[in-house]
Amino acid sequence: MKLEELRKIRERASKELSLRKGDARVKVVVGMGTSGIAAGARDVMAAFLDEIGMRGLTDVVVTQTGERGLASSEPVVEVHVEGENAVTYGQMTADKARRVVAEHLVNGNPVSDYVIEVRG
Amino acid sequence: MNRRLDVLVCSGAACVSSHSAEVKAALEREIARRDLGDEVRLVETGCMGPCELGPVLLVYPDGAFYIRVTPEDAVDIVEEHFLKGRPVQRLLWEAPEARKIAEEKKLVPFFEKQQKIVLSNCGEIDPENIEEYIATGGYEALGLALTEHTPDALIETIVESKLRGRGGAGFPTGLKWRFVAGESGQTKYVVCNADEGDPGAFMDRSLLEGDPHAIIEGMEIAAYAIGATRGYVYVRAEYPLAIRRLKTALDQARGHGLLGKDILETGFSFDIEVRIGAGAFVCGEETALIASIEGERGVPRSRPPYPSTSGVFDAPTLINNAETWGNIRHIVLHGAEWFASIGTPESPGTKVFALSGKVVNTGLVEVPMGTTLRELIFDIGGGIPDGKALKAVQTGGPSGGCIPAEHLDTPIDYESLKRLGAIMGSGGVIVMDEDNCMVNIAKYFLEFTCDESCGKCVPCRAGTRQMLDILERITQGNGRLDDIEQLRTLGTTIVSTSLCGLGQSAPNPVLSTLEHFNEEYLAHITDKRCDAHVCTALIRYAIDVDACKACDKCRTVCPVSAIRGTPGQPPYVLDEDVCVRCGRCAEVCPFGAIRIESGRTN
Repeated sequence: MKLEELRKIRERASKELSLRKGDARVKVVVGMGTSGIAAGARDVMAAFLDEIGMRGLTDVVVTQTGERGLASSEPVVEVHVEGENAVTYGQMTADKARRVVAEHLVNGNPVSDYVIEVRG
Repeated sequence: MNRRLDVLVCSGAACVSSHSAEVKAALEREIARRDLGDEVRLVETGCMGPCELGPVLLVYPDGAFYIRVTPEDAVDIVEEHFLKGRPVQRLLWEAPEARKIAEEKKLVPFFEKQQKIVLSNCGEIDPENIEEYIATGGYEALGLALTEHTPDALIETIVESKLRGRGGAGFPTGLKWRFVAGESGQTKYVVCNADEGDPGAFMDRSLLEGDPHAIIEGMEIAAYAIGATRGYVYVRAEYPLAIRRLKTALDQARGHGLLGKDILETGFSFDIEVRIGAGAFVCGEETALIASIEGERGVPRSRPPYPSTSGVFDAPTLINNAETWGNIRHIVLHGAEWFASIGTPESPGTKVFALSGKVVNTGLVEVPMGTTLRELIFDIGGGIPDGKALKAVQTGGPSGGCIPAEHLDTPIDYESLKRLGAIMGSGGVIVMDEDNCMVNIAKYFLEFTCDESCGKCVPCRAGTRQMLDILERITQGNGRLDDIEQLRTLGTTIVSTSLCGLGQSAPNPVLSTLEHFNEEYLAHITDKRCDAHVCTALIRYAIDVDACKACDKCRTVCPVSAIRGTPGQPPYVLDEDVCVRCGRCAEVCPFGAIRIESGRTN
């Protein structure tokens, strides 16, 4: 193995460790309270993880939170982009999640159709 | 990648012994049951530091830090946290000072005040997975050394960094490298001294367990710089987990072309062999260690010649301590100037300490040199448990000394500790409170060195025995006034005439306590008192007639029938002549009616 190959391994392997670095640009928070799960939050989270993985986004972390009190809007997802307002999406589905990844996370345009709140 | 959580399970020896493997198995079961296998990854890491609180878990990316986790807790952790995103509050580390639950690891004062360089990977990566080490920049320093630096430039970098030996004596590492590089000869050796023998010390073990590749990489860089082709890691058999992880790391490094023949296809070849020691304390001394590597009996020889001229199999040999090796890659990556900017001008860098004794947070910590003992014990260590007062700090193990409480603001560096009659040592820090008897502590360490003396030279073999006899006499209440002078004379003679470091430092615990706690020796000798209530010959038990309720508990547990009385008819009576001072009565008395008094029975 040459030094260049070592560096290639590092590039690949450091993606594996990206969760531990705490320097993510985007944080996606899925509401996983009882009503959220009942409304399909697990599928929404799985779709986020799948789409983010497929696109190879390494600066995004997906995490969950508990009940936020918006039962009628579940599943609820918050997207925090560094330096921007936090955007909350409601009544999410797996397909909507994929669209949020493409338009908001990658291109930087919140998907206004699903937005229920914007916080500064 | 569908993963969203990395769950780091501390698998240092301390957490393993508090059943971290069972916790991991339970987590695995629960994760499978909830079908979270793709989203959550469990990673076994080396020591995270707060050993007292084990088993500990660290969950990324949120940084939740769980303590004292049991297999039964796995259900809650997986359901509440991993599934629903609500960290389990009752298991999070509550910092007593902050009076709030610290949800993130960095908010816990124990971690906040530390600066981890040598231990940067320890507790953060899987030590049995070379790719995780590579991901953190591992083997980049080796690659740079082999492709962009000359051996001389590397040696100069280490000299300029002013790195000093972390085994305890503090000899400039760069100079050692230069000496060995300057020797002619086809064969040279590089040795890692991981024969950690001080009671209460576990720095080297934790580093080998948590980041074995860092030591391998440091040794390889040195081998290239001084022209060695072969290396040895000398580690004691009592460290089976460290040995296993080191051997795994060596195999993985060879498999990746990072060790062995033609490393990184640069033409440089070097390999490392593990030598397992039987646990003799003297084998931490470099000449005895070399003899042991050669298959001889582990006894020291006189120096010169120093190992740099004539070491393993009479070839020039570079010996550094495990923690010293752990610093090398960082210095090569970030430069000598960066390293010299950390710590103090004369003692740059950080030091790893094993905190133990009467301190709330026992465990493994790393701080910049120049940090005061007070910061180490109170800010990071969390202070003294049960509201007791700190009496002394013992550094350097059996070769070190006791520093009294009034010197707590002393910065930790090689010279400051030496001035107080202690030494930096390899990093063992034992905290003592008012319940510790300093004479007894001195006796404890001397018993250790007397037992571990190899017997080759007279001052160490016979001298430590003589000192121990005197200390035993004093703790039994038979001390004489001239004993103090005798101890001093014997101590200074042994220091100046012993063959190796073991004997030269063995009297230190006695000499330093004589200097700082002379009045305690006098109390034992003239007043026949042990105010810490440790020396059983110098204390007595008595029953408080007003507090005694005649419940009969003390009488039934007394092994020598020293207590007489009838249930319901207080007070009971304790016969001092019969009492063996085992203390069982005081332990069982529900009314605190058994008093311990200092002073000998008439």
